[in-house]
Amino acid sequence: MTTRDTRSKQVIAKASSSRAMPSRTVPDIIRPYGDTTGDGMVQVSFTLPIPHDKLAEGAALQLAAKMGLAPAMLVHAKAMGPDFTFFVVYGSATHLVDLRQVEVIEREFPMLSAKDVNTLIKKRLRRKLVVVGACIGTDAHTVGIDAILNIKGFAGEKGLEYYTEIAVVNCGAQVLVPELVARARAEKADAVLVSQVVTQKDAHIHNTMTMSAAFREAYPAGKVPLLIVGGPRFDQGSAVALGVDRIFGKGTTPGEVASYLVHAMTQRGAQTGATTKEQST
Amino acid sequence: MRLSVTAGWAKGGPFEGGAVAYLTLLVAGVVVLGPAGLPSPRAVCGGGPPGPRTLAQKAAGGSVACRLPEGREQTAAKRLALRSVKPGMNRIDKNRATRDRLIKRHGDPKQRPWIYLIVATGDIYEDIPQAQTAAREGADIIAVIRSTGQSLLDFVPEGATREGYAGTYATQENFRLMRAALDEVSKELGRYIRLVNYASGLCMPEIATMAGLERLDMMLNDSMYGILFRDINPIRTFVDQRFSRQIHARAGIIINTGEDNYLTTADAVDAAHTVTVSQLMNEYFAKEAGLEDWQIGLGHAFEINPEIPDSFRMELAQALLARQLFPKAPLKWMPPTKHMTGDVFRGYLLDGFFNLVGAMTGQDILLVGMMTEAVVTPFLSDRDLALQNVRYVINAAGNLSEDFHPPRDGFIQTRARQVLSEAVDLLERIVDDRGEPGSVPLLRAIGDGTFGLMKRPADAGKGLDGVVRCAPAYDNPATTLLATTLLEEGAGK
Repeated sequence: MTTRDTRSKQVIAKASSSRAMPSRTVPDIIRPYGDTTGDGMVQVSFTLPIPHDKLAEGAALQLAAKMGLAPAMLVHAKAMGPDFTFFVVYGSATHLVDLRQVEVIEREFPMLSAKDVNTLIKKRLRRKLVVVGACIGTDAHTVGIDAILNIKGFAGEKGLEYYTEIAVVNCGAQVLVPELVARARAEKADAVLVSQVVTQKDAHIHNTMTMSAAFREAYPAGKVPLLIVGGPRFDQGSAVALGVDRIFGKGTTPGEVASYLVHAMTQRGAQTGATTKEQST
Repeated sequence: MRLSVTAGWAKGGPFEGGAVAYLTLLVAGVVVLGPAGLPSPRAVCGGGPPGPRTLAQKAAGGSVACRLPEGREQTAAKRLALRSVKPGMNRIDKNRATRDRLIKRHGDPKQRPWIYLIVATGDIYEDIPQAQTAAREGADIIAVIRSTGQSLLDFVPEGATREGYAGTYATQENFRLMRAALDEVSKELGRYIRLVNYASGLCMPEIATMAGLERLDMMLNDSMYGILFRDINPIRTFVDQRFSRQIHARAGIIINTGEDNYLTTADAVDAAHTVTVSQLMNEYFAKEAGLEDWQIGLGHAFEINPEIPDSFRMELAQALLARQLFPKAPLKWMPPTKHMTGDVFRGYLLDGFFNLVGAMTGQDILLVGMMTEAVVTPFLSDRDLALQNVRYVINAAGNLSEDFHPPRDGFIQTRARQVLSEAVDLLERIVDDRGEPGSVPLLRAIGDGTFGLMKRPADAGKGLDGVVRCAPAYDNPATTLLATTLLEEGAGK
C-alpha cells in the first residue's frame, strides 16, 4: 500500500497535486484501513497535562472513546516530567466517511513548483517577469512583503527572488504612492505587490484604494500592471471594490503568489493578445 | 559611522558631514550603556539637556544645535565619551567573570555534543517555563528565536514583551528575565544552562552589546547572513559584524555562524563548498575581531536530499571535513529542514541519522531536530521524543568517533577532498578577480552573486542610508576602549 512520494518537495504544492486514478471503483462510504478492509484502525498520539498513573491511563482511554475509537488500545504511556503524560493509542474509528459529502474548495489557479513557474514565464513571456513590491503608507512592517520577496522566504518556501525568471524590486517600507507608481513604470513592472500589515482606522483600505487609483491614472487602460495586495486585515472578497486584481491573506506563501502570477499573466495574455510582445521590445 | 544612525535621528536631520561624527560620540554611549545611569553629556553639548535619550529626542526635534568640537574641546569630548562607555564595559567584564564562576560551580554538560533546543512562543513569560522544562529534559543550551522581521527593525524594542510573530522580541529585559530563569534551573540541575539569542540584522551591534550586558552565552552572528538573506547593505553588515564580534570576544560569548542557510537555498550537494568557504571567512573575520578558537561556533547542516544515493556518506564527509579543518572550533551541527516533508515518521528517522553523524564526527553543539519541522511549532511531546532520539544515539554511538576512520581514498575522503578543492577554487577566484582599482574583491564577489545565488551590490540594500564615510574627527569610544584594552592584554602576555 505504501507509495513512494515522488511529487514536489514543497508541502503546499503537494496538497494540491492531482489525485492518482483509483484502480477500482471508490465506494461512497469508507472507513480507515489498518490491515483489513473495514477494520477502521487508526493511530493517535497526544499529551495530557497530568502525571503518569492509572488515572492518566484511564483518562487517555476516555478521550479515545470520545474521539470515536472503540475498541481502543493504550499501547504506550510515558511520563514527560512531573506534570505531563504522553500516550499512543490504537483503535477502531466508529465514524464513517461519506465521500459524497466531501467538499473540495479549489483555488482559482493551480499550484506550480518553482521550476514550472520559471519554465512557463520563459515560454510565455520570453523575458523575466518584473515584480515591484512595497509597504505603502505609514506601515513600516516589511515582514509580509519580505516573506514573499526575499530569498529567505516563508514557511520553508523560498521567496520570489529565488525564481530565476522573476526580477524582484523590493522598495521597502513607507513608500509613497507616487514613488511606487514611478518605480513600477521605470522598471516596466508586470505586477505590483503591496503589503499592509499594521493598520489603524482602515488605513489599509484607504491606502490600497489610493494606490489602485493612482495606477489607473498613470497607465493607459488595459496596461496597468497586476495589482496585488496582502495583509492579515483585508477581506479576501473585496478585490474589486479596492480596485486590485487579487488579495492574499495571512499565511500566504511565495509559491502561491508565484503560481498566481503565472496564472494571471496567462489570462491577461489571452485577453489582450499582443501586449506581451509589445512589452518585450 | 554606524552608531550615529542607529539612534535613528541623525538621518535626514539637520546634521551633515562632520557633525555626524560628533554626535556619534554621544550615541555610542547610549548604545553601550543602555538608557540608565549615564553621566551628563552636558559638557560636550554646550548646556544641552542631560541624558543621551533626551538629547536624541531634542536632536530629532531640531531643538539642539550641534557643532564639531575642535582642539581642547574635542579632547574633552572624547574623554567624556570614553568615560561614559566605561561602566558598560565594566559590566560586560564582570558578567564574563560571573559566567566563569557559575560554570565552575555548576559544571559543563557531561556529554558532547551539547544539546541545543529552541523555544519560541512570542511571549517571554511563556518562554521561561518552556525553557526551564527543556533544560530539565536534557537541553544544555536554550535559544530564544526572535520575532519575524526583527532583523529589519532599525531599533531595539524595550521591556518584557508578550507578543511576537513566530518568536519573541530580543529586548534587554527579555534577556535579563530568561538569564535569571536559567540561572535558577542551572542551580537545580547542577549544570550551567547556556542562553542563546541572535546578533544579526540592522541592530546587530546593539543586540551584541545587550548580550554582553545581560550575560548571554552564545549569539548567532554570521559575517554575511544579513547581506545574502536579508538584503542588508554589505558594507554596513561588515562594519556591524566587526563591532559585534569585538563585543562578543570581550564578553566571552561563543558565536554561532549560519552556514545552514546556504544549503536551504542552494542544493546541498552542489553548494557544499560554499559552506566551507563561508566557514573559512567566518573564522577569518572572527579572529580578526579578537575571538578565540573556543568562541567560534562554525555552523553546518544535514540538508542533502535523502532520496539521493549515498546521501548519508556525503553528510559524513562534509561533517568530518569541517571537524578536521577547524579542530578547535565548537562546531554547530544543524538538523534537516529542507527535506522534512510533513511525514513526521520519516522525519524522525532522518533526525536519527542526523544525530548519528553528529556523534560519529565529534560535533560540539547539536541543534535538536524536530519531526514537526515545517508542520507546526513543536508539541511538548515532539520535543521529548526528539531528546529521546538524541540521547539514544549519543548513548549508543557517542564514542563511535574513536573507531570511525574512513579509509584512505575511499568515498568519504574523496568527497571531502572534492568539496575542499572547490572551496579553494572559489576563494582563489574571488581574490584573483581583479576589477577596477580600489574595488574590494569580496564586495564585488557578493555583488556578482557568488554566494547563495544572490546578487548584493555594495551600494544597495537595507540600511544603506546608515553608511557614511568616517569623518577625520570620527571617534567611537567603545571601539577605542576595546582596542586599547586588547593591546594592553596583548602586551601583558
